[in-house]
Amino acid sequence: MTTPGNVPVSQPPEGAHAGAPAEYPPASPAGRGAFGVQGSGDTTGFGGLVRRRTVILDSPKPYGGYFDEVTDALEEAYPAFKDAIEKVVVDRGELTLHIKPERIREVCQVMRDDEALRFELCSSVSGVDYLGDARRLHVTYHLTSLTFRRRVRLEVAVGVEDPHVPSVTSVYPTADWQERETYDMFGVVFDGHPGLTRILMPDDWEGHPQRKDYPLGGVPVEYKGAEIPPPNERRSYQ
Amino acid sequence: MSTTDYAKARETTEGKVFTVTGGDWDEVVKGHDPLTDERIVVNMGPQHPSTHGVLRLILELEGETVTEARAVVGYLHTGIEKNLEYRNWTQGTTFVTRMDYLSPIFNETAYCLAVEKLLGVEVPDRATTIRVLMMELNRISSHLVWIATTAMELGAINMMLYGFREREHILDIFEAASGLRMNMAYIRPGGLAQDLPETAVRMTRDFLKLLPKKLVEYERLLSGNTIWQERTQSVAYLNIPGCLSLGITGPVLRSAGLAWDLRKTQPYCGYEDYDFDVATAETGDVWGRYLVRMEEMRQSMRIVEQALDRLEPGPIMVEDKKIAWPAQLAIGADGLGNSLEHVAKIMGTSMESLIHHFKLVTEGFRVPAGQVYVPIEAPRGELGAHVVSDGGTRPYRVHYREPSFINLQAIPAMAEGGLIADVIAGGASLDPVMGGCDR
Repeated sequence: MTTPGNVPVSQPPEGAHAGAPAEYPPASPAGRGAFGVQGSGDTTGFGGLVRRRTVILDSPKPYGGYFDEVTDALEEAYPAFKDAIEKVVVDRGELTLHIKPERIREVCQVMRDDEALRFELCSSVSGVDYLGDARRLHVTYHLTSLTFRRRVRLEVAVGVEDPHVPSVTSVYPTADWQERETYDMFGVVFDGHPGLTRILMPDDWEGHPQRKDYPLGGVPVEYKGAEIPPPNERRSYQ
Repeated sequence: MSTTDYAKARETTEGKVFTVTGGDWDEVVKGHDPLTDERIVVNMGPQHPSTHGVLRLILELEGETVTEARAVVGYLHTGIEKNLEYRNWTQGTTFVTRMDYLSPIFNETAYCLAVEKLLGVEVPDRATTIRVLMMELNRISSHLVWIATTAMELGAINMMLYGFREREHILDIFEAASGLRMNMAYIRPGGLAQDLPETAVRMTRDFLKLLPKKLVEYERLLSGNTIWQERTQSVAYLNIPGCLSLGITGPVLRSAGLAWDLRKTQPYCGYEDYDFDVATAETGDVWGRYLVRMEEMRQSMRIVEQALDRLEPGPIMVEDKKIAWPAQLAIGADGLGNSLEHVAKIMGTSMESLIHHFKLVTEGFRVPAGQVYVPIEAPRGELGAHVVSDGGTRPYRVHYREPSFINLQAIPAMAEGGLIADVIAGGASLDPVMGGCDR
């Protein structure tokens, strides 16, 4: 290819992922290499990097602030505390109680009704998918006490094979739609929910989109002759 | 078009089903014998001018009384939370601002406060003050849209024009500050996209002089108006226990008499240093929500005024050059590309900043692993950002506790047992924004 001045120039990048390696990881959480790219003949040595998962550790007592009061009050009001609470984590000024899935409804009942706890408002129920863990689907409940102006997070973890969690709608009616959303997005089944159906996705949708192994999808876009791959196929910096 | 095109009827196992397209109630009534069967199921929406976007209501009626109401959402689901997981932390602002399109600044602030909490950084005072200023202006503009649309739905079309007219001033201020009227992505993790120009400050001061007069005009138009009173008083009642069990926060909760405002009860962004009152009402109906929102606009003006007085020159981004973009971009004289001085500087004396800038823009910064939940008081209630990081350059999971989504659960509680006309007033009083609800 030549220009009118007979100066040779290279071919324009036709449908090329300009400068990017040939193969892309299927989705973001590849966890290997510097860019999540494999099969590109990488000689830097960064391709062998493996990202370690963060481990959630139990926080030692005292937790500080009102966290001790909340945990002590719960221990006093709820006899099965030792059995139900898997971990108590204090991080970035927030208290998280990791709870056995089958106990969540009872714990919520105590959290709402006990004089010393009074978490009247369930602010948020949502899910997080920690792909790679045995119990990868987590459901988080953010409770608010209007009386004491406190907040606490409850968290339960279930596996994908048996994703059953008791519904807390009988304690907090506001959890109705939020549990439906968590079911819709993560496939967590809330036993005892009055009508667990999809809420954001169409009723006949297959799969649970917020799971980490569910692809984002997308189409490549042409921009000035080069093809920009869809976001889930671009290089991801690990 | 012949009359048969209207209200086509077909028999199903559930009974006769009419497809209603407007202006065809005669047809419907003709095909229905009210003496034997008063029960009728009406599907309202998802496209209906008075359902605030694509909200669908299914109403079971006995005559004009609603016996059962169900809200169906999800028609505007855009997968923003999923998309965030494939962009870097700074790009996240651009996505979340599009959730609740009437209160973009609040979406951005909740997200940025969460990212900053994960990073453990403090933003400079000037940035926080400008955030407060923009949030309160945004609260006024959101409430103006509420009063405009709600009044229109209850029959006062002129109010719709006035509300949007005054909102235009605020959008102009946003444009002067950020370059955009809506979806500004103005607030960024670590500070702001750019500094507030002097013109925006002047425009805000002018607006503060204008709005009080206009609010009085609105009240003179509505408060004494019999139709407005009849359509709002004792309509869509919800008391404090009802609100809390359904998770309803914001003006609806305050209209029932509980002064729960996160700006006062769990302050953030330095709200504890501002002098303002929490507006409440005792009635728990649409009228009370109207009073609360009108008063909130006045209180927001007080905060805006104090924020303007507090504006001191200073940085608007954190010092840390691993988070803030190091190269101070300046637009060229023709409005395109970088200014020549800037290009000369980075090419001549500051190559590192160019390299850092490139790394930050393409790769982004890393956020230590962990999770936080940051609630703020948005115009519609508690807006909470639950942000999880796995230590990478992208959010691992972002979930928004959207007040529109939660508040819409109150529709059956408000509508059932009331008249069908009051469904509109009750739904409007929740101020749902479907972009936020469905995300």
